[in-house]
Amino acid sequence: MSEPIVEIKDIHKHYGSLEVLKGVDFSVNEGEVICLVGRSGSGKSTLLRCINLLEKPDGGIIKVFGQDILHIKNINSYRAQVGMCFQQFNLFNNMNVLENCVKPQLKVLKISKAEATEKALKFLDKVGMKKFASADVRTISGGQKQRVAIARALCMNPKLMLFDEPTSALDPEMVGEVLTIMKELANEGLTMIIVTHEMNFARDVSDRVVFMDQGRIEEEGTPKKLFNNPESERTAAFLKASINK
Amino acid sequence: MFISNCIDILNKYGSSLMLGVRTTLVVALTGTVLGLLLGLFVGGFRAVKLDFTASPASHFLKGFFDVIANIYITVFRGTPMMVQAVFIYYALLDIIHWDKLPAAIFVISINTGAYMAEIIRSGIQAVDPGQTEAARSLGMSNSQTMFSVVIPQAIKNAFPAIGNEFIVNIKDSSVLMIISITELMFQAKSIAGSTFHFTETYFIEALIYLILTSIASLILNTIEKRMNTTVRLSLPSSETDNITVNYLSKKEEK
Repeated sequence: MSEPIVEIKDIHKHYGSLEVLKGVDFSVNEGEVICLVGRSGSGKSTLLRCINLLEKPDGGIIKVFGQDILHIKNINSYRAQVGMCFQQFNLFNNMNVLENCVKPQLKVLKISKAEATEKALKFLDKVGMKKFASADVRTISGGQKQRVAIARALCMNPKLMLFDEPTSALDPEMVGEVLTIMKELANEGLTMIIVTHEMNFARDVSDRVVFMDQGRIEEEGTPKKLFNNPESERTAAFLKASINK
Repeated sequence: MFISNCIDILNKYGSSLMLGVRTTLVVALTGTVLGLLLGLFVGGFRAVKLDFTASPASHFLKGFFDVIANIYITVFRGTPMMVQAVFIYYALLDIIHWDKLPAAIFVISINTGAYMAEIIRSGIQAVDPGQTEAARSLGMSNSQTMFSVVIPQAIKNAFPAIGNEFIVNIKDSSVLMIISITELMFQAKSIAGSTFHFTETYFIEALIYLILTSIASLILNTIEKRMNTTVRLSLPSSETDNITVNYLSKKEEK
C-alpha cells in the first residue's frame, strides 16, 4: 500500500484549561473517504481544522503529502491544495457566485482571468449552479450556497477536501442536494475527510468511519463493521442513539 | 436692519464667500478621501493577525508597525487639529517651503486618517470571521484576505461613520484658518473685520455651513441606500431545477 497522504501522530489541543484533543493518531490514504462522527465537543471539528492549520495543535506531528505541516514555510500554497467547506458556507459576501470562484484562483494560482472563469464555470456546472453565476450570494438558498462553496474549493484543484459539518446548517430538504454532490466527488476518487452527523451518508459513502469521543478516537473501521459490530460500548451507544433519531 | 445688512454683505462679499466655500469643500473632501486611504492602510494592517508559521522578522515588523500606528492614533486623536495645523505648518515650513493649502490638506488628511483607522478597525471587527477563514483555507495570504475580502465588507459596515467624518471635516476645517487658508471661516472673519457687522456675517457663515452639511448628508444617505439595495438576481430563463430562490425581500430584512 502507498504511503498515507495524511499522517497524524499524537496531536493535542487545548483551549485554556479545556483539553479538546488528547492525543489523536490518525491517517488517511489517497482516494479514501473518511467520515468523522461523534458527539458535539468530541474534537472532530478541531481535528479537521488542525489539518489545514486553521487551528494550531499544541503538540504532535501532522504530515500531509509527506511534509511536516507544523513547520511549513509556505502555508498559503499548502492550504491551496487542501479544500475546505464550512458549516456556515462562508461565501464571500462582497462578490457574486462566479467571483467567489474566480477571485481566489486569481490571487493564489496566478492564472489568467479567462482561464479562471472557464474553470469556475466548469465546476459551477458540475454542482448545478452555473445558471446562478451572476447571482448575489445573499439571494441563494443554503443548499445552493454550500454547492457554490464546494465549487469554489474545487477550483483550486485540491488533492484533499475537508468538510466541516457541511449539511448541519441546512434545512432538511436541502441536505440531499449537497450530499449528492459529495457522493459524486467520492466516486471520482477525491480524498475526503468529512465531519458529519448524517449517519446514512457515512454508512453509504465512506470507506472508513472514525468515531471520536472526548478528544480521542474511540474506534474506527469500515462502516459495515462499525455500524453492525462496534467493539466499544460507547460507539454502540452513540450509533444507536444517532440512527434512531 | 439685520436682514438688509445681510443682503448687503451677500451682494458685496458674495464672491469671497464663494471662494471660502470652494476652499472649505476642497480641503474637506480631499482630506476625507486621503484620510480614508490612510485609515484603510493603518486599520487594515493593524487588524492582520500573523500566522504561527510567520518568520520572526515579520513578527518584529508587525509589532513595530503596531507600535507606530498606536502612537500615531493617540497623538492625532489626542491633540486639537488647530494645534496640529500650526505646529506642522511651521515645523516643516523651513524644510520644504510649502504653501498653505497643501499644508492644510496634509494636516486634515492625517488627522482624519487617525479617526478613520479606528472606524475601519471596528468595521473589520464586524465582518464575520468565517470570511477570513474561508479565504485563508483557499490559500489566500493575510493581506490578500484583508484587502480583497474583509476590507470591502468593512467599508460597507463603516460607511455611515466614514460619511460622518466628511461632515465633521466640512465644519472642522474652519480651525485651519489658523494658518490663513482662504476657507469659509477665514473669509467670514475678514468680512466681519472690514464691515463691523459681526452678527450678520457670522450668521451668514453659519447658514452656509448648515447648507453644505445638509447637502452632504443628503448625498451620503443616497449612496448608503444604494449600497444596501440587494442586487436582484437574474433568473435563468428556464427553471429546470426545482429549487426555490430566496429573494431578500423587505419583509425578511425586518
